[in-house]
Amino acid sequence: MNLLSFIDWWTLCIAALCAASCGMIGAFLVIRRLSLLGDAISHSVLPGLGAAFILAGTRSPAAMLAGALAAGVLTAALAAGVRRIGRLPHDAALGVVFTTFFAVGVLMVTWVAKSIDLDPSCVLYGLLELVSLDRVDLLGVSVPRALPWQVGLFAGNLLLIALLFKELRITSFDPHLATALGIHAGAVQAVLLTAVTATTVVSFEAVGSILVVALLVAPGATAQLLTDRLGRMVALSAVLGVCAAVLGYLGAVAMNTNIAGMIAVAAGAQFLFAAVFAPRYGVAARAIRHAGLSLRIAREDVLGVLYRLGEREAESTQPTLQHAQAVRAAGATIVARLACAQLRRRGLVEARGDELTLTPLGFEEARRIVRAHRLWESYLSQNLPLPLDHLHDPSERFEHFMSRELQERVAAEVGTRPDPHGKQIPD
Amino acid sequence: MKPGPAITSQPTSAAAGTSIAPSAPIALPAIDVHDLTVAYHRKPVLWDVDVSFAAGRLTAIVGPNGAGKSTLLKAILGLAPPASGHVRILGRPLREVRRRVGYVPQRESVDWDFPVDALGVALMGTYGALGWFRRPGRAERDRAMGALERVGMADFAHRQIGQLSGGQQQRVFLARALAQDAEVYLMDEPFAGVDAATERAIIDVLRDLRTRGRTVVAVHHDLQSVEEYFDEVVLLNMRLVAAGPVAQAYTHANLQRTYGGRLTILDEAAEAVRTTES
Repeated sequence: MNLLSFIDWWTLCIAALCAASCGMIGAFLVIRRLSLLGDAISHSVLPGLGAAFILAGTRSPAAMLAGALAAGVLTAALAAGVRRIGRLPHDAALGVVFTTFFAVGVLMVTWVAKSIDLDPSCVLYGLLELVSLDRVDLLGVSVPRALPWQVGLFAGNLLLIALLFKELRITSFDPHLATALGIHAGAVQAVLLTAVTATTVVSFEAVGSILVVALLVAPGATAQLLTDRLGRMVALSAVLGVCAAVLGYLGAVAMNTNIAGMIAVAAGAQFLFAAVFAPRYGVAARAIRHAGLSLRIAREDVLGVLYRLGEREAESTQPTLQHAQAVRAAGATIVARLACAQLRRRGLVEARGDELTLTPLGFEEARRIVRAHRLWESYLSQNLPLPLDHLHDPSERFEHFMSRELQERVAAEVGTRPDPHGKQIPD
Repeated sequence: MKPGPAITSQPTSAAAGTSIAPSAPIALPAIDVHDLTVAYHRKPVLWDVDVSFAAGRLTAIVGPNGAGKSTLLKAILGLAPPASGHVRILGRPLREVRRRVGYVPQRESVDWDFPVDALGVALMGTYGALGWFRRPGRAERDRAMGALERVGMADFAHRQIGQLSGGQQQRVFLARALAQDAEVYLMDEPFAGVDAATERAIIDVLRDLRTRGRTVVAVHHDLQSVEEYFDEVVLLNMRLVAAGPVAQAYTHANLQRTYGGRLTILDEAAEAVRTTES
């Protein structure tokens, strides 16, 4: 495939490293519900960069890093301060601070840009396309200037998480408990936000501040849909970041478009995919679970109708129900039709021509459902002052959700009397 | 087990009718709250509270909504900074004994969608003793698992916490405190909204803790079960109303004073301070 010949491996490597660094640290922002703060910091480092440039007069990475770190820390502190003074909700305080910072930053960068090549659009979108052209010699090998920084960032984030995983976990879950145990939640938060700021600053020159935000939040959010363990979530978030970087890069090369933008799109697409297909929390899995529940309810409704029919008729005759009636009893939907078919397949209901009748197995099941229904009616009428015609509907719903254990506890409480409508509660 | 704490000071100025346990001279205070006032946003929620909690006993804190019950626990734990007054635990300032104090917060205080299982939550109880950077190992995992067993939650150890029932979540919180193996336990409404099985499990654990000489202070909302479950009671409504052994302090008159309907002068004073200063 000739696409391979267009791949610049250095660029891909830097994008992947950056995505992994952002992904692993971003996972903590996501579970702390601080995604917006990541966004805020990544925007508000801009005036820090401008100020550092004006003060130091160079674009040296150290000066940039110092300026950005100062701005990032200032944002977090100011947001907390504005919130207290202005009695604002947290998000509004943050919104006010970071948009102002960002605007000031844009003005500063535009101003200094006249004298030096600090290009505002490069700050926003990054220059991944050019990253491998700017070289330094490292141990005799010519590598992109951004590479040692990205490697250092990756190692730093990895080390931080490895060392402080326990502290990050407990302060994220329950900061009060952490403080009570002597783990200073505020200090841990400050360390995390400093790491986020450093990640933003080191990354934005290569990938731009928009992509940094995407890579901080999207892989973490995707990972949270896919796992129930924090450790796995952090690792998965890093891996998903790398996937997005690779997919986005290939897509951009294939379509000859902006790499950073394409990586952000890939990260968003991953999230969308997970939101639909995640095994437990995805829309599809929920829909399947919901459909399964609807089917069960429809099946149980048909069984209940057949049982009540049998109560009315003489004991010698088997109660029967026309197929169409059964479908109507269960809601007259496709689900109801499916439910009837399932009942026959599972041997709970027998079909003689067009007539449905309960098998012994089905009779047992039906008795359990009617029992749940009448027990609940009895319980409600004994414990809540409800008129008789208010008992059926809640019981009709709850009969499908009443566990055997709860049934026995309710039975012990309501005794063996008939239900409030005078019907016998089956055993 | 650590040796019993040396009690360096006796409770100082206990308000009239609030001195602790004259009939129980063995019970030395595990927690000494002296002249504590706590304010949120300039509105005082606790006024001049002077109270001691007896060691080795189960104490209930009872009072209406907004009486400052949770705030009292948080102030003892250093989570709510006091405007005045101080607290001594096991005869020492909090920072010297932090790890010997266990806390069971209200269930609503955390995000139950958090990616962690029941064992992971119980394990957090061991974090304090580990100190910075050290990771929990086999010994800590065993302790956390043992704590889950004690509250009947071992079968659910690997269940994500959001998939547990309310009562099971409460038991996981209790297990976390047990895993810490503290000497003093502060619990914020441990019985709130739990099922019958959980209520039994919790009370069994509390009695077991008492047998082993631990101190338990619990905010309690169910006035019916105070006498059955607890040895001592503290009646609180922004200020201390009464405190002492249940038989003496848990009287109709004291309850009336605690839950009395009208705004007290103190409420009005607090209101005046808040609206004028803000």
